[in-house]
Amino acid sequence: MAQVKNRSTRRKFPTHIVVFLAPAVIIYTLFMIYPLLDSLRLSFFSSNSAGNEFFVGFQNYVTLFTDELWQPRLWGAFKNNLVFFAIHMIVQNSIGLLLAAILTNRSMRGAAFFRTVYFLPTMLSVVIVGFIWQLILSPLWGIAEGVMGAAGIESLFQPWLGLEGPALIVLSLISVWQFIGIPMMLFYTALISIPDELIEAATVDGASGWQTFWKVKFPLILPTTGIVAVLTFVGNFNAFDLIYTTQGALAGPNFSTDIMGTFFYRTFFGQQLQLGNPTMGATVATVMFLIILTGVLLYMFGYQRRVQSYEL
Amino acid sequence: MNVNRSKLTHRLAQVPAYGILVIAMIVALFPIFLVLINSFKDRKAIFRTPWVLPLPDTFSLVGYTKVLARSNFGLYFANSIIVTVGSMFLILFLGAMAAYALSEYDFPGNSLLGLYLSIGIMIPIRLGTVSILRLIVAMNLVNTRIALVLVYTAMGLPLTIFILTEFMRQVPGELKEAARIDGASEYRIFWLVIPLVRPAIATIAVFTMIPIWNDLWFPLILAPGEQTKTVTLGAQQFLGQFVSDWNAVLSSLTLAMVPVLILYIIFSRQLIRGLTTGTVK
Repeated sequence: MAQVKNRSTRRKFPTHIVVFLAPAVIIYTLFMIYPLLDSLRLSFFSSNSAGNEFFVGFQNYVTLFTDELWQPRLWGAFKNNLVFFAIHMIVQNSIGLLLAAILTNRSMRGAAFFRTVYFLPTMLSVVIVGFIWQLILSPLWGIAEGVMGAAGIESLFQPWLGLEGPALIVLSLISVWQFIGIPMMLFYTALISIPDELIEAATVDGASGWQTFWKVKFPLILPTTGIVAVLTFVGNFNAFDLIYTTQGALAGPNFSTDIMGTFFYRTFFGQQLQLGNPTMGATVATVMFLIILTGVLLYMFGYQRRVQSYEL
Repeated sequence: MNVNRSKLTHRLAQVPAYGILVIAMIVALFPIFLVLINSFKDRKAIFRTPWVLPLPDTFSLVGYTKVLARSNFGLYFANSIIVTVGSMFLILFLGAMAAYALSEYDFPGNSLLGLYLSIGIMIPIRLGTVSILRLIVAMNLVNTRIALVLVYTAMGLPLTIFILTEFMRQVPGELKEAARIDGASEYRIFWLVIPLVRPAIATIAVFTMIPIWNDLWFPLILAPGEQTKTVTLGAQQFLGQFVSDWNAVLSSLTLAMVPVLILYIIFSRQLIRGLTTGTVK
């Protein structure tokens, strides 16, 4: 009975608040919070061949970090993921910043058009992007070779995705190509909100465009730099689709493109000869959770706080 | 535009800047463009003249006929649309309701609940996949679109609630008080507030739609059956299977891309305006 016509009934139990909140809270709790907590719990369990689960304490973690079969895969995936992240930070975020800086220059024409174009690949599915680049880089089609030939460096072409060293770097760059629109847009928003007076004051004082950027604008968008870094971190340590699409669940060649996401998938779901192991999967997921949490906390308590105190 | 003596040198100084913008544009568009044009060619032309637009003698739809004959692309599209629209509806409707309660009523535990609901902004839902699959199995929802809708709703709610709460706080209180004095119910007032935050809802709609439409992970794990495959999963499996049939591969890539491209071209203005005016921070 939701009789709210009379004002005094509003003092009674606030049914409407419950009605407004309950559906969202229930779905969110059931399909997000509960599974995350239950995964945490499962990482302390193991199952026998009959399918019974029993408590094993930290045994799964000990296995993951010390077993000669598990440990190299974990560290391999973690190291590759760090490389993947580093390439995003260096290439994606600096080019994103460069493009945003050019586009926010007030005398630039067509900024809206360019922004739309740079954001377009971000809209596409990672699966599609992975296949497009597989075709472009395929020696059969010869597109990449053709482009390099036009630049006179055809001899440098190699089937990169099949080579242990370059595959991870090339895949990182493909991902950079797709997601460059996100840092570009965030930096653009931050730069455009800098008051004109500040920039005019710098210009009047005789600062060059370069100086204005590094001495006036960049310090003001430092908080955005932090947000971009943490978003890149969370996104990268959660990535899966690109590697799975182009290299398969085994993240070949010889696990050289294996990242935490593909490692998690293989562990939990299994592949070819290896059977899936849900409790070990939950253990890997918990390790990923701790990695991501570390990144987020470092940002919140290390970076954000310091940057804000500079602003004051 | 300031007119001064250095205008010419100023313009000249912009040449490298435009150079960078144009190169970045070519890099962003060329792979997509190349796939699009080659999907309309016969096999010989794909390899001999990949750079040229399809000409009357090289034009061919053989790839498309193959894709449509050998796979259920129509069904996959329907599944993707059902899942995406269903999730979006729930995310926006339930998210708006929760955001309204959080912004409007001062009840004990309000800020704590807001904090609880925002945990999911930073923690990826994928990490709970092992238990999500168990839950879906227990609910007997494996290989159903409902399973995907429920999971995507949980995934989209945190950010939606967070942003909409901020926006709803800015709605002036007089309007709501006036409605209350007129005897409107709290539910009625909710519906009065919704149109006032429509721009925010539109931006969030696009932002929640894209990752759902493009997701590979949950369809792969929760609904890999032929009847419930989404376009992203369907394309991934079709492409893996026909990887040596270039006509079919290029056409299926185009088919999977085109709806997103069209939507993006239509909505890009609102979307980017929403992004750059700080609707999404």
